[in-house]
Amino acid sequence: MKANNEMNQSTVSHEDPVILQQETFLQKLWSWLFENKVMLLFLLICVGGVAVSGNSASFVIENVAIRFGRNAFTVMSLLIPVLAGLGLNFSIVIGAIAAQIGLFFAVDWGFNSIMGMLIAFLIATPLAMLFGFGVGRLFNKMKGSEMIAGLILGYFADGLYQLFFLYILGGILPVKTESLIIPGGIGIKNTIDLTGNMKYALDEVKLVDIVLIFFVIIAVVSVFRIIAKLKKKEKSVMKDLIILLLAAAVYALTYVPAVEKMLMTSKLSLLNVFLIIAVVGIVYVIWKIVSNKLHPDPKFKALRYIMIIVAIVLLYALTYIPELEKILMNSKVPALPLALIAGLSLFNAAFLSTRIGQNMRTVGQSRVIANASGINVDRVRVLAMIISTVLASWGQLIYLQNLGTFATYGAHLQVGQFAIAALLIGGASVSKATNKQAITGVILFHTLFIVAPEAGKVLFNNAMLGEYFRVFVSYGVIALALAMHAWQRKKKPSLELPA
Amino acid sequence: MKMKSLIDRIGWPRLIIGLFFLLLIIVSPIMGLSLTDVFSDVLRRWSMFGILVLAMVPGVQSGIGLNFGVSLGIVAGLIGGTTAIEMNFRRSGTYQPWADLGLSLLIAIPIAIVLGYVYGLLLNRVKGSEMTVSTYVGFSAIALSNIVWLALPFKSGTLVWPIAGEGMRNTISLEESFGGIMSNPDVTARQPFPLNLLAFKVGGVVVPIGTILFVLFICLLMWLFLRSKWGVAMSAAGENELFTKSNAINVDHMRILGTVISTVLGAVGIIMYAQVFGFLQLYNAPLMMGFACVAAILIGGASTRRATISNVIIGTLLFQGILTTSLPVIKQLMPQGSTLSEVIRIIISNGIILYALSKSRGGNQVEG
Repeated sequence: MKANNEMNQSTVSHEDPVILQQETFLQKLWSWLFENKVMLLFLLICVGGVAVSGNSASFVIENVAIRFGRNAFTVMSLLIPVLAGLGLNFSIVIGAIAAQIGLFFAVDWGFNSIMGMLIAFLIATPLAMLFGFGVGRLFNKMKGSEMIAGLILGYFADGLYQLFFLYILGGILPVKTESLIIPGGIGIKNTIDLTGNMKYALDEVKLVDIVLIFFVIIAVVSVFRIIAKLKKKEKSVMKDLIILLLAAAVYALTYVPAVEKMLMTSKLSLLNVFLIIAVVGIVYVIWKIVSNKLHPDPKFKALRYIMIIVAIVLLYALTYIPELEKILMNSKVPALPLALIAGLSLFNAAFLSTRIGQNMRTVGQSRVIANASGINVDRVRVLAMIISTVLASWGQLIYLQNLGTFATYGAHLQVGQFAIAALLIGGASVSKATNKQAITGVILFHTLFIVAPEAGKVLFNNAMLGEYFRVFVSYGVIALALAMHAWQRKKKPSLELPA
Repeated sequence: MKMKSLIDRIGWPRLIIGLFFLLLIIVSPIMGLSLTDVFSDVLRRWSMFGILVLAMVPGVQSGIGLNFGVSLGIVAGLIGGTTAIEMNFRRSGTYQPWADLGLSLLIAIPIAIVLGYVYGLLLNRVKGSEMTVSTYVGFSAIALSNIVWLALPFKSGTLVWPIAGEGMRNTISLEESFGGIMSNPDVTARQPFPLNLLAFKVGGVVVPIGTILFVLFICLLMWLFLRSKWGVAMSAAGENELFTKSNAINVDHMRILGTVISTVLGAVGIIMYAQVFGFLQLYNAPLMMGFACVAAILIGGASTRRATISNVIIGTLLFQGILTTSLPVIKQLMPQGSTLSEVIRIIISNGIILYALSKSRGGNQVEG
């Protein structure tokens, strides 16, 4: 996570290096405040809401932790289309639909727990790819209206989905499990209970197994790389060998009884999460300093990195306050979804530095320039949609297995709405969104979700009022972001012509 | 060759939907449904939605595109309706339908003008992204109005929840107010002489002639307006901004004018809708109403850049006609398929909007 922050900062600053150098501290602070105004506003609302609602801090933190594991993956699936200039992808609803079709058949065929998730995953992924491809092709016909088209497409897809689940399944296509069908009718019931088969299938994967999966992935990748390099007669296989050995060593550690016992759990407390973040952050900073010693860089500011270490240590020291420690011990996040979220944020960051990621950014900045430099604009846009749709379908699988009840006709409806609202609350805009904003956004949005009804009750003696306020916020923030984006673009007309 | 040009003029979607509508009408009596009921329903629904669909025309003509934000006008209309009922309750509490209806319009229209003006200012700042912005402004307006419905200090028994005594109900019956006074023969029968002719039955078909005439009258006004000096200037602003500017017409003012008229028509439209329907629907009921209006005018043959009165009349007839006739037919065909009509509505309305979006290219459609 630290790595991403660094990346974002560097991407921000390289846009206007001259101006940045001349700024005084006060100006810097002011521009930081201005850039993060949306996020700060919601931070204030959330803090106020928590204070007013009278919910205990432990209640709020515990619930936010649960909802973070449930929703963050989907929100992050929105980032790549923003990069490619497609704006906020309202059509992730279609990814969610792919996931729900997969999950339904997994339940129908009687698969359980992790096996069921695997079947759902195997059905949902190709479906989502196909859908993403179709959506991408359609968006290429409506360049410039992707957001409104995506929104309408979501509703349209919902109509087809209802047709499929209400009339085709059970009517034309046979359904194996009788209990899933509406009694005395055709079509699938309103809710499918996942308790006993798929509920917590991903959440309950133990840390040991995650380490094993991680090890297998690294092993396979490094073996392939070594073979490829040997074939090409390149000499630098040492690096891959070291990585392979390191991974093996880490995996071997899990056989130490004490470590094994520790890893037999499937849930991480927030305290452990913070510890991991702190350790990873410090290791990263030290690696930065060491690598600077090896290849000195004149712009390198050692002081800054030392400050970061001090900050991490100080923040971590805060967790020794007994009350806070207790809360953090009790708030738990399921390990596998958390690992997947971390993996996705690394993917989003690493993707930027690949060639296709760079192409995507070029397309996002100007289709004309991208076209002139030989990038197949249409193909890049379709690819962005495929990636986003597939990620959204995985996100929906994570969401549903954690929730444990699958509302057949409702689970997908608000996916795009809430994910986009969360991303925007984190400070993202139509043309720029980062991992950091997604994570902050999910935390703030769901804090608001949790405290709004109680706060409404206390302030206005009406819980529904808080509920409506929350809905208003989710619509209003999107309206505001869209309007501000269009406004800014009008003020500074870009050179871009419609491609 | 001639056939092809005819199809091109009508347009494929309109042709298919029109044929489907005809088929449904032919099938209905064969399936044992009474044709008089079918016609009554079609007329009723047409008169319900007419003005709301008409509200799309000034929006499209002035260049702001399909006005999904007509919800703003709808909220203004609902505020007018509820306030009128509350004022009646505080005044006397007797049955005064015409006073209620007049008061509703009198309250709703100024609110709609103010909202429409502010909304127009916003839309002028976001040229090129009007549709995306207006969709979410519409959603936000409905969400904000939810809070208003809970918070307004109304006391009338027909408005608020009976037990809690505060917070307005989801659906408010207009039986003791202006419900059906221009559309329901049972209600109009109780009125004095000329007014009792506003709705009647002819051979079993209920003709809400009062509402139909009212809708046509407003359509006529709109038709005249579009041919007036202002109307022509407004349409020109929507068609070609640069050309209009060079003729010393203030494009931004024209767009605001179009937005205000659209919003006002939204307010009048929802009051007429409630009058025919017999209920005011609050909270999230009007959330997707803008979409239904947009779909109707597109089926009528409008594009995102051009819309006429005939688009409104034909589109509302086809769209609402299909929805009302398909429901009983489907019920006969498959008794379990109670929601199929709703599913068809979702698919048709969003399908036609997508189709129109994919056809629309030009300066106004370009977003980032």
